[in-house]
Amino acid sequence: MSKDNEILEQFTSKEYEHGWSVEYEADEAPLGLNEGIIRWISAKKEEPQWLLDWRLKAYKTWEQMTEPEWANIHYPKIDFQRTRYYSAPKKSKKTDSLDEIDPELLKIYDRLGISLNEQKRLQGIAVDAVLDSVSVGTTFRDTLSKHGIIFCSFSEAVKEHPELIKKYLGSVVPISDNYYAALNSAVFSDGSFCYIPKGVRCPMELSTYFRINAANTGQFERTLIVAEESSYVSYLEGCTAPQRDENQLHAAVVEIYAAKNAEVKYSTVQNWFPGDKNGKGGIYNFVTKRGICAGDHSKISWTQVETGSAITWKYPSCILKGNYSIGEFYSVAVTNNYQQADTGTKMIHIGKNTRSRIVSKGISAGHSQNSYRGQVQVMKRATNARNFSQCDSLLMGSTCGAHTFPYIDISNSTAQVEHEATTSKIGEDQIFYCNQRGIATEDAVALIVNGYAKEVLNQLPMEFAVEAQKLLALTLEGSVG
Amino acid sequence: MLKITNLHASIEGTPILRGINLEVKPGEVHAIMGPNGSGKSTLASVLAGREEYEVTEGSVLFKGKDLLDLSPEDRAREGVFLAFQYPVEIPGVSSTNFLRTAVNQVREYRGQEPLDAVKFLSLMKEKMKLVEIDQKLLSRSLNEGFSGGEKKRNEIFQMAILEPTLSILDETDSGLDIDALKIVSNGVNELKSKDNATIVVTHYQRLLDYIVPDFVHVLYQGRIVKSGTKELALELEEKGYDWIKEEVAGTAV
Repeated sequence: MSKDNEILEQFTSKEYEHGWSVEYEADEAPLGLNEGIIRWISAKKEEPQWLLDWRLKAYKTWEQMTEPEWANIHYPKIDFQRTRYYSAPKKSKKTDSLDEIDPELLKIYDRLGISLNEQKRLQGIAVDAVLDSVSVGTTFRDTLSKHGIIFCSFSEAVKEHPELIKKYLGSVVPISDNYYAALNSAVFSDGSFCYIPKGVRCPMELSTYFRINAANTGQFERTLIVAEESSYVSYLEGCTAPQRDENQLHAAVVEIYAAKNAEVKYSTVQNWFPGDKNGKGGIYNFVTKRGICAGDHSKISWTQVETGSAITWKYPSCILKGNYSIGEFYSVAVTNNYQQADTGTKMIHIGKNTRSRIVSKGISAGHSQNSYRGQVQVMKRATNARNFSQCDSLLMGSTCGAHTFPYIDISNSTAQVEHEATTSKIGEDQIFYCNQRGIATEDAVALIVNGYAKEVLNQLPMEFAVEAQKLLALTLEGSVG
Repeated sequence: MLKITNLHASIEGTPILRGINLEVKPGEVHAIMGPNGSGKSTLASVLAGREEYEVTEGSVLFKGKDLLDLSPEDRAREGVFLAFQYPVEIPGVSSTNFLRTAVNQVREYRGQEPLDAVKFLSLMKEKMKLVEIDQKLLSRSLNEGFSGGEKKRNEIFQMAILEPTLSILDETDSGLDIDALKIVSNGVNELKSKDNATIVVTHYQRLLDYIVPDFVHVLYQGRIVKSGTKELALELEEKGYDWIKEEVAGTAV
């Protein structure tokens, strides 16, 4: 009904909250991409020869590749020569003490509600803050190092733990994996590195907070998490960007390695600038995330709440190599206005008795398009593999789209694979029912949407679940009539 | 408390209500009866503010305010409660969470402090007894997988929590077995006071054995064609609606 659409419209036309930017003196690479730029970045970061060689190899590979076009997303071709591949705050010389960080940079994070000051933090969450191309600070390092846990920026890890980086970099997402992974491998500037030694249960949540500030600059970070035998870590990432008219590129790579009995829980709350009401600007989010359950009885769990970005192209995946290993994917993807999301997962069952679970909740409003794309692959030797997938779509209004592209590829007859899918429209009846009990329409939509996404939100650590709930409501604000 | 004057309403251009006049005073129970398609549920929906219905003529005053001018949520906050014939399901939202949101929005509108979790729970506990509703049911998703009887009991439970001035029960008896009907009616009776009023919309006289009305109105072709006391309901039960239809046809000629 038209009234319904009106409510939807109001509810989805809320402005983006993190659209501001800050002026700071930056150390920037010239625009464009060529071998010289890659050498420039590598030199800037004082990298060893092997890493420069790795980057150059990635660049050559990337040059041979073509941009993938299979996703259900439409955008003008990206001009890779008009993007800047490195921008760092000038004063951000990495220090051991947070007191030495430029207070201007700390202010950026304070404004985002992320205090890098350890004394001020109430909850025990260690943060690595990445601004444009570099990490500006990592908290709680001393506490963590007592447990033998390494949590630092990628650049530091290259210098301090080259043996680990050399061993694991590109081991889960190889250079040639896909177009954006190859690009990232060539130009990545920073990111987080996390290493949990054997038998250690990480005593606090680890998190990386990404912020793009500079204009015309892409962010290409790399995260590498290595969980040794019988260890456990819960990791979070959050992201925001200023409101700009042009599209900015974000092409990240996340690799997770889980040894025998290890468990890694990776949660994302993605809130990059989604573009304005008319679809102008916004982040192009082309991300490759993959984990390998290398050892028996290991487990990797992805949880994502995707509310931002003009375009989201991302499929956090699990390679279930170890016997009895478990992969999980919980996702809520919200699109509004002219946002486009093509997201899902891949569960690749290689080991015996491996299990995977996929719960995807898409919410589309405005003129947005929201696609779930998932693959469940059971290899020949994966006896008794089991998968359960549930893909639900919720539509708000009549000008948006929801799509589901499940691929199921089974080569072992003992596999048990279940796929459930539903599509529903947020009901006028539901909203009226809430209204009749005195609940305003916007709160009614928030209530209904959060109820719908509950199974996924429940997977997030408590304080982030609350944040995510607010974010969902905010993203959809103005979308119902 | 409620004064409906010459109310006309239509849906998608088709007139359903064609001049309703009704006055309800505090402490009264009014029953609206009538054959299928006479406009009973439409009247309930129009009073609650459902958008599909367009009011084309007439006025509704509630506690001196123009009810038709208020949004559905403000009508609720002013004290109008509709017990739905078909309560909707809201997956993932517990009854408790739903009701607490509702109570606090109503309280905010009335300039009262919100109830904290502890106070709200004790309010729930108190009201749960009234309709013999189980706490387990209230921690489940709202109405999801509830039986017909559970849904209706939950409606009356919500009514108990929200303490409306005017309650409209839309076919609350449909789908209830005799035990559930007694529990629901008992709840409604317990909530009655000299300050609030109830409109019972029903098909059958059965419910009126338990919720005894002060007035009975027969709705036919969008008008109240006959009003009386509870004896009228018994007469309808016995004779059906045909004689009313004939009477109406007679006056029309």
